[in-house]
Amino acid sequence: MSAGSGPTDLTRMTAAGLAAAIAAGETSAVEVTRAHLDRIDAVDQRVRAFLHVAPELALAAARDVDARRAAGEPLGALAGVPLALKDLFTTTDMPTTCGSRILHGWRPPYDATITGRLRRGGVVILGKANMDEFAMGSSTENSAFGPSRNPWDTSRVPGGSSGGSSAAVAAYEAPLAIGTDTGGSIRQPAAVCGIVGTKPTYGGSSRYGVVAFASSLDTPGPLARTVLDAALLHEVMSGHDPRDSTSIDAPVPPVVAAARQADVSGLRVGVVAELSGEGYQPGVLARFGEAVELLESLGAKVTEVSCPHFTYALPAYYLIAPSECSSNLARFDGMRYGLRVGDDGAHSAEEVMSLTRAAGFGAEVKRRIMLGTYALSSGYYDAYYGKAQQVRTLIVRDFDTAFEQVDVLVSPTTPTTAFAIGERADDPMAMYLADLCTIPSDLAGNAALSVPCGLAPEDGLPVGLQIMAPVLADDRLYRVGAAVEGALDARRGHPLLDDAKGLAHE
Amino acid sequence: MPITRDEVAHLARLSRLALTEQELDHFAGQLDVIIAAVARVQEVAAEGIPPTTHALPVTNVFRDDVIDDCLGARAVLDQAPATEQDRFRVPRILDED
Amino acid sequence: MNEALAQLVPYDEAISRYDPLIGLETHVELGTVTKMFCGCPTVFGAEPNSAVCPVCLGLPGSLPVTNAAAIEYTIRIGLALNCSIASWCRFARKNYFYPDMPKNFQISQYDEPLCTDGWLDVTVGETVVRVGIERVHLEEDTGKSLHVGGATGRIHGADYSLVDYNRAGIPLVEVVTKPVAGTGAMAPVVGRAYVAELRDLMRALGVSDVRMEEGSLRCDVNTSLAPRGSGTWGTRTETKNVNSLRSVERAIRFEIERQAAVLDSGGRVVQETRHFHEEAGTTTAGRSKEEAQDYRYFPEPDLVPVAPPRAWVEQIRAGLPELPAARRARLQAEWGLSDLDMTSLQNAGALDLVAETVAAGAQPEQARNWWLGELSRRANESGTELAALPVTPAQVARVSELVASGALNAKLARQVLDGVLAGEGSPDEIVAARGLAVVSDDAALLDAIDEAIAANPDVAEKVTSGKTAAAGVLVGAVMKATRGQADAARARELILQRLTPPA
Repeated sequence: MSAGSGPTDLTRMTAAGLAAAIAAGETSAVEVTRAHLDRIDAVDQRVRAFLHVAPELALAAARDVDARRAAGEPLGALAGVPLALKDLFTTTDMPTTCGSRILHGWRPPYDATITGRLRRGGVVILGKANMDEFAMGSSTENSAFGPSRNPWDTSRVPGGSSGGSSAAVAAYEAPLAIGTDTGGSIRQPAAVCGIVGTKPTYGGSSRYGVVAFASSLDTPGPLARTVLDAALLHEVMSGHDPRDSTSIDAPVPPVVAAARQADVSGLRVGVVAELSGEGYQPGVLARFGEAVELLESLGAKVTEVSCPHFTYALPAYYLIAPSECSSNLARFDGMRYGLRVGDDGAHSAEEVMSLTRAAGFGAEVKRRIMLGTYALSSGYYDAYYGKAQQVRTLIVRDFDTAFEQVDVLVSPTTPTTAFAIGERADDPMAMYLADLCTIPSDLAGNAALSVPCGLAPEDGLPVGLQIMAPVLADDRLYRVGAAVEGALDARRGHPLLDDAKGLAHE
Repeated sequence: MPITRDEVAHLARLSRLALTEQELDHFAGQLDVIIAAVARVQEVAAEGIPPTTHALPVTNVFRDDVIDDCLGARAVLDQAPATEQDRFRVPRILDED
Repeated sequence: MNEALAQLVPYDEAISRYDPLIGLETHVELGTVTKMFCGCPTVFGAEPNSAVCPVCLGLPGSLPVTNAAAIEYTIRIGLALNCSIASWCRFARKNYFYPDMPKNFQISQYDEPLCTDGWLDVTVGETVVRVGIERVHLEEDTGKSLHVGGATGRIHGADYSLVDYNRAGIPLVEVVTKPVAGTGAMAPVVGRAYVAELRDLMRALGVSDVRMEEGSLRCDVNTSLAPRGSGTWGTRTETKNVNSLRSVERAIRFEIERQAAVLDSGGRVVQETRHFHEEAGTTTAGRSKEEAQDYRYFPEPDLVPVAPPRAWVEQIRAGLPELPAARRARLQAEWGLSDLDMTSLQNAGALDLVAETVAAGAQPEQARNWWLGELSRRANESGTELAALPVTPAQVARVSELVASGALNAKLARQVLDGVLAGEGSPDEIVAARGLAVVSDDAALLDAIDEAIAANPDVAEKVTSGKTAAAGVLVGAVMKATRGQADAARARELILQRLTPPA
């Protein structure tokens, strides 16, 4: 891509390409940022990926990168590359709503650790991305500000909870985005939008400044259009943080090198038997099957592996996550920040708290808070939360056993392609099923990635291949993902997103 | 064991959620379905299986007893819904602890 | 909620028919430099909300990180209380809504405390009571509220409250005793003595300044009664707002009297939290709750377990200072005192003062006499504590030394102390300024003696005729003439020499 082409060209470039072009002086960070801001202006009214766009701040950050480059200072690997940040990460210079009304008006007095790493690395934060309220959901329909749209078909969901992040990348509004994955909230939106999304090993990137949903599950991670781009962002955002006691004190796995290596010959691949069958869309299973055959043709050794307790992963998750969230969200009570309702002198503090929370939280959040309160109650703890944590151990053991036989596990990322907006909104259980394949890795804390593996023939919508690796073996994800991506792109002759009809194509 | 509307109302009180009557009806039905679904974990035999709380068995993460930056009263109180005398003003508290 | 004046059974009667069971839960604010889970300073009296950060304010996205010093201090306390130190334990969330708790949960410990199963010996008079320690655990303190609009500044009747979070997050150690049985009538005194002993222990360990009046030592007292000799345990009440040693004693006593009246009338003691009223010495019920609080404890997912290596625990054990009980035993032996003498010293609050005076060079006997005698009298007169008198142990030791060397006699020494207490300076400065040295110079004495003899001829006669006891009158006259500064013994020698020449 040459400099001086129209803005549309810059928005079609990869993050790696943009970083290289900026470093080489072929284009400036300001030009790149302007191009993406223009793109947002052109399409975001329909995509609704962003809750807040910050043009002046973004351009200032871009100018700073250009100045540093001019002064001969060393630049970070992604300096000048624009990014959409899920509105769950605190930013001192932009609002942070978590997709909720209850944080109305809140301006955090501190940056998340990851926010700080992005800024220091010269990454240009374009704005805050829409999300399901407090990361609870699989479609962004639980956002207090309305759902985002899937760029492939704007009558469909972009997935969730990191739906805004995913839509922004798929619509070329940003080459990079950051989300969080608790039950699948990076991988599932990536899959249904036809892009790449990773859930790193739990603790691989800092949760300080990431508003907590389920503390033992929440994992910040990258979204991008290519496996290499995701690896580059994975490296920039990850690493130990002394402010997060659960963050891993070890070097980030060599994900970029692995993405470049992309060789699966001799690799042992296990297909999870339990993640298939009823409830899975035929086209999804078909594309998944072809991806598995592709891996074999590339030299991998494929076997079927059984993880018997995976069938209990969904119920265990929907006990553990609500339990932790019922406690994490207790702080939102109108006393210190955000929304306050009913403080008219007639109501007590308890009443004001209750009125504020009733007005400020959406239905899904309320459901999960009550569910969590129930599961932790004295008399119920052992049978529900306690039991779920034991099931979690059994799932960890299933993974351990499987990884003795294979190097990576694969499955479809999610049972169906993007569903229609409104289709599952009133049926919580149906909505929860979107997380069927992704939840086991959240419970075990190991690394998992979704890479596009084609379009479902029934509806022409993207299908994601999920790759799962052992704890701290994040690099394996990128090795396999890059191999699949490369082979499919070669076979197709172009990247998958080029096939998108509708908005992404404009 | 189905969850009753009264139990849901109790949960709402415990969680400080002032739900309307319609909401209570609606949520009671939904929670009943969800609880029945998640109760499936009880089918699993888990005698002697320890619970998992973290992906990696880390212990003893500490910080030194050294002062770090504070936010400053201004930064903190500016975000508050109501303040007085440099303190957070909150409505009258009923419960004595 | 106000209740009508509670019925009470007089204490002696109550105790004759019921056996009391007491328990104490004490919270100690640790004197670490920073808070339990963040780097904010643990200052007392700072501007409101100036010592807060995202973590102790519980802002969305914040995460706790454990203060190593707080763990060490807690292990120190556990070892001094003869506890077992857990090889692996966790923090847990205690969930409830309250405006002084920023997260609406408190990070505490539930079923995995850091220290368990110890004991502390408490001496009351001649009896040593071994108080069992159930557990010692760590948690974070809450913010502080001011209640505005009500009459007394308390919650009841207040219009609104003002919250300061400076205190939120300060490390708090909770020490819980096992139920203490068999104390009978001594229960209130045992309770008080336990808190006093615990306080001394914390000071000796250097882990807290334990000032009850500042809130760095807080006490809740549990009391229950059972019919004498029944062998059962009654329903207990928990009394809060017990802010001094005296209040501990009074609160237990009042609860015994109150519960006896309830049981006598055939009623049931309600298991509840009660509030102690300092002025009246009474307790009243808190707002009644329909059911016991369910805190929905679960292990804190934002923190990893604490597993103190045994080598570290032994290192802490080796570094423990001499504990108060051992120190008292040592001093008692060194000073050759009886148990009763030792108790008097303690009760007078003079133990440390005497020890320091001895350390400064005085003889134990003299040090005791000064502090328990003259100085105690002065303290009572001015209505102050002994330790608050404007005289130091070093100064007392100097005065004692001057008396021992003969430079001062007892009366002069008292005058010197007067001067010190009045702020005139050090003992030596006062002796010089006031010219209070004992006069031993024979020439000066002889002048005064001759005057005394001349003024008292008949007394002199008696002495000359062999009634040497009468010499005392003449000594007295010499003392008066010299404003008490004569060396009395020497004066007497000289008088006898003068009046009874050798045969």
